[in-house]
Amino acid sequence: MSIQRKKHEMPLLPRESRICSFDEVALGYSEEIAIAEADRCLNCVNQPCVRSCPVNIAIPDFISKIKQRDFKGAYDIISENSLLPAICGRVCPQETQCEGSCTLGIKFEPVAIGRLERFVADCNINSADKINRIESKNKKIAVVGSGPAGLACAGTLAKKGYEVTVFEALHRPGGVLTYGIPEFRLPKYIVEREIETLKKYGVNFVTNTVIGKTITVDELFEDGFKAVFLGTGAGLPRFMNISGENLNGVYSANEFLTRVNLMKAYEENSNTPVLRAKRVAVIGGGNVAMDAARTALRLGAESVKIIYRRSMEELPARKEEVEHAKEEGIEFDVLRNPVEIIPSDTDKEFVGGIKLIKCELGEPDERGRRRPIELPDSEYIIEVDSVIIAIGTTPNPLIRSTSSDIKFNMRGGIIINDNGETTKSDVYAGGDAVTGAATVILAMSAGKEAALSIDEKLSK
Amino acid sequence: MFKIVAKKALNPTITQMDIFAPQIAKKAEAGQFIILRVDDDGERIPLTIAGFDREKGIVRIIFQIVGATTMILNRKNAGEFIKDFVGPLGKATKTNGLKKVCIVGGGVGCAIALPIAQKLHNSGAVVHSITGFRNKDLVILEKEFRNCSDNYTVMTDDGSHGRKGVVTLPLGELLVKNEKYDEIIAIGPLVMMKFVVEATRPYGIPVTVSMNPIMIDGTGMCGGCRLTVGGETKFACIDGPDFDGYAVNFDEAIARSKVYREFEYRARESCNLFKKAVR
Repeated sequence: MSIQRKKHEMPLLPRESRICSFDEVALGYSEEIAIAEADRCLNCVNQPCVRSCPVNIAIPDFISKIKQRDFKGAYDIISENSLLPAICGRVCPQETQCEGSCTLGIKFEPVAIGRLERFVADCNINSADKINRIESKNKKIAVVGSGPAGLACAGTLAKKGYEVTVFEALHRPGGVLTYGIPEFRLPKYIVEREIETLKKYGVNFVTNTVIGKTITVDELFEDGFKAVFLGTGAGLPRFMNISGENLNGVYSANEFLTRVNLMKAYEENSNTPVLRAKRVAVIGGGNVAMDAARTALRLGAESVKIIYRRSMEELPARKEEVEHAKEEGIEFDVLRNPVEIIPSDTDKEFVGGIKLIKCELGEPDERGRRRPIELPDSEYIIEVDSVIIAIGTTPNPLIRSTSSDIKFNMRGGIIINDNGETTKSDVYAGGDAVTGAATVILAMSAGKEAALSIDEKLSK
Repeated sequence: MFKIVAKKALNPTITQMDIFAPQIAKKAEAGQFIILRVDDDGERIPLTIAGFDREKGIVRIIFQIVGATTMILNRKNAGEFIKDFVGPLGKATKTNGLKKVCIVGGGVGCAIALPIAQKLHNSGAVVHSITGFRNKDLVILEKEFRNCSDNYTVMTDDGSHGRKGVVTLPLGELLVKNEKYDEIIAIGPLVMMKFVVEATRPYGIPVTVSMNPIMIDGTGMCGGCRLTVGGETKFACIDGPDFDGYAVNFDEAIARSKVYREFEYRARESCNLFKKAVR
């Protein structure tokens, strides 16, 4: 039997019904498609996919279980390394990780590992019902922040019998999974489900608590916590520092997405307002930019443009998100840099347009990405009613006020050693709070590693 | 859930509530704020802390009924609960080393100015206070200010109570009399704070203003509360809410405060309270 050259297509919500609802776009494989896709795996000796996975999931092994229709077995294999498979299957940049190194991918399209991971996780979404509590070690651990790093750390420790309390500043746990990634890409019931699973393992979630303000790290130790993990994320949005940036109608992607995702501003009866602009420009080319653009479209925009300073080749967003965005009618104005945001003629307090300058690509920078060079005298103005800035975030500065013993690097990231421990003894950190904005899976991996270090130290 | 232990209408549009929140009461300082959400579908709104009792575990909030959320909040009574209440957020007002201060409060801003005036008074500083309101029905905290001030003037726009005119009138007189203030602390509507700054500018006395822009999370995450201060973008939630009045771009802040005015109007139209209230 010859191998199918292409991945099995992901069943999608039709375009027409997508842009007027927040329902999940990618519908997931059926059993039959999943098994057929699993059959494409060569089960090669080298297993490059495992090495390219930040948490080293035994990918060929779980795929073999799918071939045997043993979906529970497949889930157990994934769960040995990953705590949030239903989430990672949806949001991981597989093309630069597992799928990017797949042997089949040398000649054909790689195995759709991400889609298979999601399939397995979704099949086992109710598996948490059977969890038995682990015998308690009677040692309390505090986890600060309930995003991917915090959840992974909490889950790993709870499974080892620690009494874990997760502190969250917002009113709902999940961090970026809740306030940032939209419903149509990551349904909130999936996040809630993963959090419910952790609760079954005994993790205690405390919302409305800002560590550093409501309680300090030192007070956590006074309260009997043996170790503290800081997974406070990269919450501080970056701005461009150009003229007009504080006009009404200019949002950080964080604010725009939080209003819509966390505060449900898209619902008719929501008390949280959000401007529903007709013409929207989104600055940036990452996943957050795609999320903001597609959200603006769903809120009723007639035209949404992604403004990105490099070319389509360099877009840092997941390939699938770019494809979905294009299908939905998002326009890509690449090799453009914003120069100025211009007030509207009719109301000078609101956005009316944005001045862009054309760019070309020069020599690669230190990270190997070709640097955009602005072309002189190439400025032009496009008319827009809203500008959403999605050019990245830096680590949340609030945690700095919590303890002077914790040291930070020049970019605001928390300094940690190889064990994930900060410069303050028994305080660990991981995820975007350390690295600056990165991916869910890397944060999850860091949370898990820190949990293992905490366990090792406390087991001595 | 956070229990409302007491509720009192200070005037037809301003309500005072004492909330049981011992963790926040333990840490709260004058000038800091909380963020609350009344119920499950509610909006998150910031309110500056108007007082606290560490022993009883109480945080006092005083709010003006301006939009949907404050209207819903105002429908709650003592004994009922607020869904979410988080804080204390932002930086406390700096009062160290201040020996003589003029506190200027406008409208509901007086609620925030009072704990600062009291703190300074209790620390032995000379406190001059000026509070301004639209008319006599809207005057709040008059007795409280009188009790903690060495010199107190209450103003109304229409002269129906106290002196007639705006707060910068008595402030100007005090400045002309060469009162040597270490600092002027102004808390109230943006326009009032802007004019306090302008009135003080010739005298070179530092002016601290308390900014209360639109916010969501209060932890630096959304950037909705950003202001231009000294040519730089600052976040009121983590860099403030207090700023050097001379450095704040008030015109921009005033424009930004109006971004959702249509939503607020819509909420008001459906509320009878506003049809009766003195606006």
